[in-house]
Amino acid sequence: ALCILLYPGLILIDHGHFHLGFALWGVLCLSYDWDLLGSVAFCLALNYKQMELYHSLSFFCYLLGKCFKKGLKGKGLVLLTKIAGTVVVSFAVCWLPFCTDMEQIMQVLRRLFPIDRGLFEACMFSSPPPYCKLANIWCSLSVLIKIKNIVSPQTQLKLSFVVTFLSLLPTCIKLTVQPSLRGFKFALVSCALSFFLFSFQVHEKSILLVSVPVCLIINEIPFMATWFLLVSTFSMLPLLLKDGLLLAYAVTMLAFLSVCVASFSIFEKTSAEDLQLKPFSLSLKGYVSWFKSFPKIVRSLFLLSLTLMGVLSLMSAAVHPPQRLPDLFPVSVSIISCLHFLLFLVYFNVVILWDSKNSRSQKKIS
Amino acid sequence: SAGRAMAAGGRSWFRALALGVSFLKCLLIPAYYSTDFEVHRNWLAITHNLPLSQWYYEATSEWTLDYPPFFAWFEYALSHVAKYFDPKMLVIENLNYTSRATVFFQRFSVIFTDILFIYAVRECCRCVNGKRAAKDVLEKPTFILAVLLLWNFGLLIVDHIHFQYNGFLFGLMLLSVARLCQKRYLEGALLFAVLLHFKHIYVYVAPAYGIYLLRSYCFTANNADGSLKWRSFSFLHVTLLGLIVCLVSALSMGPFIVLGQLPQVISRLFPFKRGLCHAYWAPNFWALYNAMDKALTIFGVKCNFLDPTKIPKASMTGGLVQEFQHTVLPSVTPLATLICTFISILPSVFCLWFKPQGPRGFLQCLVLCALSSFMFGWHVHEKAILLAILPLSLLSVQRAKDAGIYLILTTTGHFSLFPLLFTPPELPIKILLMLLFTVYSFSSLKSLFRRERPLLNWLETIYLIQLVPLEIFCEIIFPLTPWKQHFPFVPLLLTSVYCALGVTYAWVKLYISVLTERISVRQKAE
Repeated sequence: ALCILLYPGLILIDHGHFHLGFALWGVLCLSYDWDLLGSVAFCLALNYKQMELYHSLSFFCYLLGKCFKKGLKGKGLVLLTKIAGTVVVSFAVCWLPFCTDMEQIMQVLRRLFPIDRGLFEACMFSSPPPYCKLANIWCSLSVLIKIKNIVSPQTQLKLSFVVTFLSLLPTCIKLTVQPSLRGFKFALVSCALSFFLFSFQVHEKSILLVSVPVCLIINEIPFMATWFLLVSTFSMLPLLLKDGLLLAYAVTMLAFLSVCVASFSIFEKTSAEDLQLKPFSLSLKGYVSWFKSFPKIVRSLFLLSLTLMGVLSLMSAAVHPPQRLPDLFPVSVSIISCLHFLLFLVYFNVVILWDSKNSRSQKKIS
Repeated sequence: SAGRAMAAGGRSWFRALALGVSFLKCLLIPAYYSTDFEVHRNWLAITHNLPLSQWYYEATSEWTLDYPPFFAWFEYALSHVAKYFDPKMLVIENLNYTSRATVFFQRFSVIFTDILFIYAVRECCRCVNGKRAAKDVLEKPTFILAVLLLWNFGLLIVDHIHFQYNGFLFGLMLLSVARLCQKRYLEGALLFAVLLHFKHIYVYVAPAYGIYLLRSYCFTANNADGSLKWRSFSFLHVTLLGLIVCLVSALSMGPFIVLGQLPQVISRLFPFKRGLCHAYWAPNFWALYNAMDKALTIFGVKCNFLDPTKIPKASMTGGLVQEFQHTVLPSVTPLATLICTFISILPSVFCLWFKPQGPRGFLQCLVLCALSSFMFGWHVHEKAILLAILPLSLLSVQRAKDAGIYLILTTTGHFSLFPLLFTPPELPIKILLMLLFTVYSFSSLKSLFRRERPLLNWLETIYLIQLVPLEIFCEIIFPLTPWKQHFPFVPLLLTSVYCALGVTYAWVKLYISVLTERISVRQKAE
């Protein structure tokens, strides 16, 4: 609990986080099997801030999966209708003032989802050339190839939609077929991360939507969770520097790292089993032989990444960028964060997809 | 699970506490700082640029050098590091110079020198032995003592917000206390002598040190019933002690005696021209005296006993420190305060002499000396309450009675420090930190002594609870009333008088407990 409270991202970005609060209430209710209450809470979160759509797919798939598990005829159908009813009612209550006519609703939707603006108008731009300083896949790619010049805005939209959908598909299917609370929490993380990486109009602060679910699973995978939370705060570095929060950033990152090391002793827990990768490594055993030194490799990668982040933070704060590349440091920060996030996406997907096989085989044995 | 991890970690909990409080101090770097910040910057400049002979004569800034020579040498050493941060802060004429590098350097120097304080706390924790071995680390007396000292609210806000260098000075004092508890008398004496030449306010507790060293070190043995064995006087020990004191004093004051500047130094160190009370009355006896005088004045004017035209206009809580006269009660001179202090110290010193109970008796005498000097001293600053609070922490984790007195003294003492931070952004910080510390001290001491009778009786509890409405009134309600224009000193007056009641009560209670304990010991011996 101390680690979650000390998460630097939340401390440094003071914002109206009520939507995160409601979403967490939703998760809490679902963990007690109070599905209706959870749905209401999530609808409220969604209507507070549309960013919650990042989590909506996980909630949907999990609840749908639960209904399927109970059998589509009988109990399952009853639950499905109850949840659907609750959702519709909550939405109706929130949207009542705007339901006067269709044009109102369209205007609200247009404001909420500014599709006309293009893939990354919303992220911070400086003078041309427009390098995007966001840890998003499109922004990182735009450093190499100018997507804006190749495809039109509509195609951009469709492209991002398709890629996001494809990256979400495995997890969602898995969650619908085998709903479990643990899988649900992991799915929250991976879906939100997919959205963050591949969708349009993303703001840097949206990484908080991914970090908060990660805080929920910090007990299960302390090492990876700590690593992810450090990288997510690091990805917001340009924003923090702009706000003059360098000292607070440095101190809170160090404090968070120390608390995590002290309470979870993360440096000892880097084996494949601790990283929940046991089932995956079992299936790979025939093909890859270097799994013996896996903990050491992981530990050294972590230290390497920490050093890289530290050096880059120091340089962003202390050194002036060269004249020809004024945005060198923010762009490097975002590219490095993006690479980390891609690796994390792969990792979380692996954990989810290989998770049930283990439990099924365990059930078979017992 | 965090507790279990901490218990498994052995002594790593101390490291965690020290690291945690250091991170907190780093976060406080951008906070409000008082004029003491400029004072120390000025001293950096003076010691860096001028030769030794000019140090105590320099008066370009109003904040002249008024600490003993060792502190001046300390500032000199710091100034050589400072020039790598921002050389402009070392220019004497740059009054009120506050670049970001200056703020960062000075704040960081305080945080860095606190290492000595952390070391001293570790040594003190070694001297404390709990009666029962607690299984959980969080319940051990050493853990509670470490938190009460390292995370002490008063020290945090005085050192790291208001800006002073008390951390390492208290470190020296606690280290000397620890050495005396470990029977390493000469080291303890050396440390205290050095401390005196860093900040002369510690002369308040010098009688305790002197009498204890004389009694327990110079007279090496006691009779069967515990009384003094005059034959066991050891000339060797006396000579060694005398040598240490003389050596340290020579090192510190020697250059100035050679230059013939001793009177100037003394006049800088003890500026008696300042008034009886600071602009904000420290919560001591004189605060109550002043309040009584004011009340009687108003009463007298209303009942026509006094002539309104004869009352001087001087406001006692005005911004500048000025001398003033009391109207109804007799005026107080520096000599009177000295006599009062001396008389109030005597009983505790006699106790220490006639029936020394080892280090615990020494600590009791030390706290009483510090408190008595706080009660009756001339121009006492409210920060001096820390001189009594920190040593009392050592006693509070060992006996329930001391714990009760400690809770009263600490809560009122810390509350009386609130007017030091009057800016709006610091209001939530000081309230939250105070709540954190107060809640922890109450809960931990209560759970440590839960097998004995309750620490505070109902009267004391009510008194402490009343601090909350007082704070709400002073900070929130009063500024919204129309009286703010005419009587701006009312919140300060109320705070200092109310806290003075608490401090006086704690002082009397501690005295009574020490005296009755000695008497009962003597009766047992007989």
